Amino acid sequence: MAYLDHAATTPMLPQALDAYVRTARALGNASSLHGSGRTARRTVEEARERIAEALGAKPGEVIFTGSGTEADNLAVKGVHWHRRTAARNRVVTTAIEHHAVADAVAWLGDHEKADVTELPVDKLGRVDTAVLAALLDERGTEITVLTCMWANNEVGTLQPIAEIAAMAEPHGIPVHTDAIQAVGHVPVDFAASGAAALALSGHKLGGPTGTGALILRRDVKAVPLLHGGGQEREIRSGTLDVPGIASLAEAVAHAVRTQQVESQRLALLRDDLVARIREAVPDAVYNGDPESRLPGNAHFSFPGCEGDALLMLLDAAGVECATGSACSAGIAQPSHVLLAMGAEADDARSSLRFTLGWPTTKADIDALVAALPEAVRRAKTAGLS
Amino acid sequence: MSGGVDSAVAAARAVEAGHDVTGVHLALSKNPQTYRTGARGCCTIEDSRDARRAADVIGIPFYVWDMAERFHEDVVEDFYAEYAAGRTPNPCLRCNEKIKFAAVLDRAMALGFDAVVTGHYARKGDDGLLRRAVDPGKDQSYVLAVLTPAQLAGSLFPLGDTPKDQVRVEAEDRGLAVARKPDSHDICFIADGDTSGFLKNKLGRKEGEIVDAASGEVLGSHDGSHQFTVGQRHGLGLKRPAADGKPRYVLSITPVDNRVEVGPREALRVDRIRTGAPVWLAAERTGPFEAEIQLRAHGEVYPATVTPEDGGLTAKLHKPAYGVAAGQALVVYEPSEAGDAVLASGTIDSTSSVEAAGV
Ligand SMILES: Cc1ncc(COP(=O)(O)O)c(C=O)c1O
Repeated sequence: MAYLDHAATTPMLPQALDAYVRTARALGNASSLHGSGRTARRTVEEARERIAEALGAKPGEVIFTGSGTEADNLAVKGVHWHRRTAARNRVVTTAIEHHAVADAVAWLGDHEKADVTELPVDKLGRVDTAVLAALLDERGTEITVLTCMWANNEVGTLQPIAEIAAMAEPHGIPVHTDAIQAVGHVPVDFAASGAAALALSGHKLGGPTGTGALILRRDVKAVPLLHGGGQEREIRSGTLDVPGIASLAEAVAHAVRTQQVESQRLALLRDDLVARIREAVPDAVYNGDPESRLPGNAHFSFPGCEGDALLMLLDAAGVECATGSACSAGIAQPSHVLLAMGAEADDARSSLRFTLGWPTTKADIDALVAALPEAVRRAKTAGLS
Repeated sequence: MSGGVDSAVAAARAVEAGHDVTGVHLALSKNPQTYRTGARGCCTIEDSRDARRAADVIGIPFYVWDMAERFHEDVVEDFYAEYAAGRTPNPCLRCNEKIKFAAVLDRAMALGFDAVVTGHYARKGDDGLLRRAVDPGKDQSYVLAVLTPAQLAGSLFPLGDTPKDQVRVEAEDRGLAVARKPDSHDICFIADGDTSGFLKNKLGRKEGEIVDAASGEVLGSHDGSHQFTVGQRHGLGLKRPAADGKPRYVLSITPVDNRVEVGPREALRVDRIRTGAPVWLAAERTGPFEAEIQLRAHGEVYPATVTPEDGGLTAKLHKPAYGVAAGQALVVYEPSEAGDAVLASGTIDSTSSVEAAGV
């Protein structure tokens, strides 16, 4: 089986799994005052320090959450709630955010009467900073929070977060960045980026699913989503998942430490994959920014084919990948990301995403290239029904 | 896989027969909540989950195929159009003809599959003929009779040889959670089963007259002729009973002037039926032949002489039928110990009664 869907989730790194199992055997609530509690607390704080160090943050800025989705929601809603006033009620987002951000913003608009501005992107999926500049000039005082992902999960395009944060800074607008696809895959330095908040998720970088963190500058306040024991800076409640946190830290530390070498390895494999797909299927269209993108991401449209049909045929041939489409109530919808990049609905429906990860080898690429031409031939016969 | 017990067991049986099976659930509405709610439908999110769960248990891959647009055009719009034309369509039959054994089969073939397997109760003999299921109460050969021989050749019906209650027991034995899920009966895209309300919504209200067919006397009014079906007795809302005290039935519907004619049951008597162009599932006949005909799903069977003529079929019934609506299918069967075989089908164009004409 060739697994080329590492952006959906990637296997746990062996050292992260070890850390999980080792810690899970130990007893202790990190909030307890006795010996077991102190041991657990120490594990948590060491994890916090390791993550902070790996990402150019201070330990006190790391808030552990139960998922990437939670970290995104906490940043967007929490910061908006804290900063909103009668005159300041606008959330700025981009047209290509993951649902964890996009739906949180849409909810604020639909249910809490927030004004929402969506920044457009160009054909390569890059946010239009000229539109942002104009918006900041015109409505800078109305904006509670600006959110822009670091790297897009579908087409892999990287965004100029430092530039965007620098533009927002004079207006005092906190910038949140969903860096869930970026951490461990491209260099990420929280302090240097100028962002006020940054979300990461364990299962995209070799840690456990159901772990994540929001890195939130100390001077930025957020209203909690979850009320309770106030374990994480009174912003996030819930007994801390000590083994999850230890394992997450192990994964982040490892992924960041090896990032440069691993990215080069993946980019070479990815470039090989792209070249061979273009050769095997000459009319395939390579989507996203060819230069400034995630090293493990390749995204194609196959004209005349339905992405769902291709996925099924490749799956049957032992190759696992993803369509660009989100599944809404069981029915595939054309990807909002590709539509925002100016694709026609049919092109958007005809796309596939291949994403590489730490276990990927040339054999996986070989398997894909072997299975793809026949899958495309059949899918073309079936057409876009 | 609709999410019901039949298609789940059919899939399991196909796997056991040695086929390489992939489960497919059809998404028939762009917005699933707008169609049926509740446990008996075929196109809710719940149903899709049930189907996925069954596929997991059987151990086959599972995909949702989006057929919403085709379904809307070919089945739902056709349903409206037929009612608006004063006819009574059978949407399940149309769905088999245009979606399950056309759009789905074509797509499956193109993708490299050999056949579509469904949980319909019907048999396909070694002779390639479509035959009634062994369970007479569940037999669905009527709604499959519109298939062409090519469509039939690409279909498998693994449940035709088994009574329904045994299928449920088998589902239970196989650990399929849908074993006790109630059957779906009504039209899947009409959420609450209220066909008349559904049609009113789409086709609108339009005042019209209910007229006594014999005397021409206006007996009452209605708000849209499309809500009526030939042979219908209830829901006419007539205040005055007929002079003879007997119930009155809808005899005919004329959409152009929005007129509904009513009269006594005898006036519904039919012994001649004409169809449009027939589909032959067995060798095409040229002269008159004796057969049995069926005029609606799970309806009565009538011995008749069937004659292919003028591009359609004419059936001369040996015992009269009552309340036969244009738009329904006439299915011709050849009685057989091995299960009655479908010879042909055609959509009913017109009906008449030789006896009534003489009255
Ligand atoms: C860009 C992005 N944001 C948010 C998420 C959600 O993270 P999680 O799965 O940890 O909730 C994902 C992954 O699904 C993602 O790719």
